[in-house]
Amino acid sequence: MLSYILRRVLYAVPIALAVSLLCFLLVHIAPGDPVNAIVPADAPQAVVDQIRAEYGLDKPLPVQFGLWLLKVVQGDLGRSLATGRAVTDDLFVAVQNTLRLSLIAAAIGFAAGTLLGAIAGAFRGSWIDRVAVGLAAAGVSVPHYWLGMVLVIIFSVTVNVLPAMGAGPGGSGDWAWNWEHMRHLVLPAVTLSVIPMGIVTRTVRGIVAEILNQDFVNTLRGKGLRRGGILLHVAKNAAPGTLAIMGLQLGYLMGGSILVETVFSWPGTGFLLNSAIFQRDIPVLQGTILVLALFFVSLNLLVDLMQTALDPRIKRA
Amino acid sequence: MPHDPGANPLVEVRGLNVRFVSRDATVKAVNGVDFTLAQNESLCILGESGSGKSVTLRALMRLNPPKKTVMEGAVRVGGHDIVAAPEKAMADIRGRVVSMVFQEPMTALDPVFTIGKQIAETIIRHEGVSRAEADRRALGLLELVQIPSAKRRLAAYPHELSGGLRQRAMIAIALSCRPKLLLADEPTTALDATVQIQILLLLRRLQQELGMGVIFVTHDLGVAGEIADRVAVMYAGRFIEEGPVAALMRGPLHPYARGLMGATVHAGMRGTRLTTIPGAPPDLSRPVQGCAFAPRCPQAGEDCLPAMPELRSPAPGRNVRCIRVDEAA
Ligand SMILES: Nc1ncnc2c1ncn2[C@@H]1O[C@H](COP(=O)(O)OP(=O)(O)OP(=O)(O)O)[C@@H](O)[C@H]1O
Ligand SMILES: [Mg+2]
Repeated sequence: MLSYILRRVLYAVPIALAVSLLCFLLVHIAPGDPVNAIVPADAPQAVVDQIRAEYGLDKPLPVQFGLWLLKVVQGDLGRSLATGRAVTDDLFVAVQNTLRLSLIAAAIGFAAGTLLGAIAGAFRGSWIDRVAVGLAAAGVSVPHYWLGMVLVIIFSVTVNVLPAMGAGPGGSGDWAWNWEHMRHLVLPAVTLSVIPMGIVTRTVRGIVAEILNQDFVNTLRGKGLRRGGILLHVAKNAAPGTLAIMGLQLGYLMGGSILVETVFSWPGTGFLLNSAIFQRDIPVLQGTILVLALFFVSLNLLVDLMQTALDPRIKRA
Repeated sequence: MPHDPGANPLVEVRGLNVRFVSRDATVKAVNGVDFTLAQNESLCILGESGSGKSVTLRALMRLNPPKKTVMEGAVRVGGHDIVAAPEKAMADIRGRVVSMVFQEPMTALDPVFTIGKQIAETIIRHEGVSRAEADRRALGLLELVQIPSAKRRLAAYPHELSGGLRQRAMIAIALSCRPKLLLADEPTTALDATVQIQILLLLRRLQQELGMGVIFVTHDLGVAGEIADRVAVMYAGRFIEEGPVAALMRGPLHPYARGLMGATVHAGMRGTRLTTIPGAPPDLSRPVQGCAFAPRCPQAGEDCLPAMPELRSPAPGRNVRCIRVDEAA
């Protein structure tokens, strides 16, 4: 098992490299000269050239990539063009905020989705199944920004019980696990949770219904097992497939929170990305995308490993 | 009843009817089955595909899909009323009083639980013993069904065993709480010929050693001859003939039973021609008038059609539903 884990981790290295290259190129292929974002439009050509050289933007692309990668592996993602601060400093705070938001959203979405999906799968065709399928469809099709604004209108404007913006009182960036801060999490987390809720509901429903159709469930009934005993078997059979979809969804949550973070001014990676895009802040853009992509890669690796551990039929060779 | 199962039969079935009701059709799978089985007796059910053998077997432990099944008649197993028992009581009966070996050991076992766990959970469920005690019993059961290196096999998953070993494990699960009645639905159909014989010999030995009643379904007359005391031939959801194995196989009385024996290869018939029964069994979602076999029967006449033939007993211990067979020959 240990050598298997090691091998899977090694397989992830070329993927990570390819991802880095893609991140690097993505920004350079996009139209617009990043230098224009930092210097005034009427600056003399000499100044523009000097800044270009300072940031290494005058060198050929492969060299730029090599230099960039060399720094990246040392944990240096460069400095923001807009603020001059180290990208890693801002990113560190933003990643924490995004993690907090997406983990809470995942917890809500996964718990509700698993429960709904399991019930729907067990009582396929009943009214409860139809309700669950309807909720799932609504969850995946409602646009984030629309739902976010509706929630704000209801809970922040009309009833005024929950804050509409920021991650803490007075727009502070320091997080603490107290009610004053957690209040700020509720609306964005709920908004973010509806898509994974819908997708997990659908998936778990399908998996559970398929398992209950298998012959061995009849054997279990024939042995005299009651509902609880059978549920244990269904759960263990459903775990690998459910886990896979959850891992994927968690990855999407991390990257996909950009709209929600913008709607709620949540100081996470999505928010950071959004402002970096508008300011053509290439180092911030590259660093953020890279971190999100690498997170996605490691998440997939983790899910693969967990699936292997859970399903005896998957060969570890 | 000519067949005398003694004062205290293990299984008593009277007028069993099983229907499957769905939106588009009602399938009448079992249409009036009567029989009794003594303690320690073994009965083999023969019949074409779709004649209702599996449904009858599952009815004995009320294992047909609960939502769409309508079950009527009287079924008593080991003194328990199977038709009327509440679901909770049924769960106590299943696995403890009556258990079943299924046809496909690959799909009938949970792929993500070890063999040992699947045996042990049954024992824990019914006898409330500790995990350690259940594991110890599971090991004993694997030895009982002659699985080599049993200890190692406790930790094996179903896909790690051969078909024959899987079926032995299935039998171990079925026997784990010493049921009085063992049901086996084509227990060897999915296996190689050589493995089939081993499993059958095992079943026969276990029946004698543990003293159980056994009802099994097979398409193989040789199998039936080997381990059955009595044989029942099923057609369109009824037992159309039933009797002691030797007498019935030597001289089947019902035209369908004769056809079935003629259509199957078995020992001592070298040189005779294999025959087939022309036509197809009736559609069970339509009502049948009179003898269900009449449309395919070489001896059928007008007199076969008005009503289903009553049970006749032409010889002690033998029953047949055919008006062409003379009572008490
Ligand atoms: N769950 C079910 N729902 C609807 N119809 C069913 C169900 N189970 C069995 N039947 C129908 O009942 C009839 C008898 O089926 P059964 O499985 O008992 O046949 P069988 O004698 O065991 O045949 P085989 O030799 O192929 O196993 C068939 O027409 C079958 O289609
Ligand atoms: Mg069958």
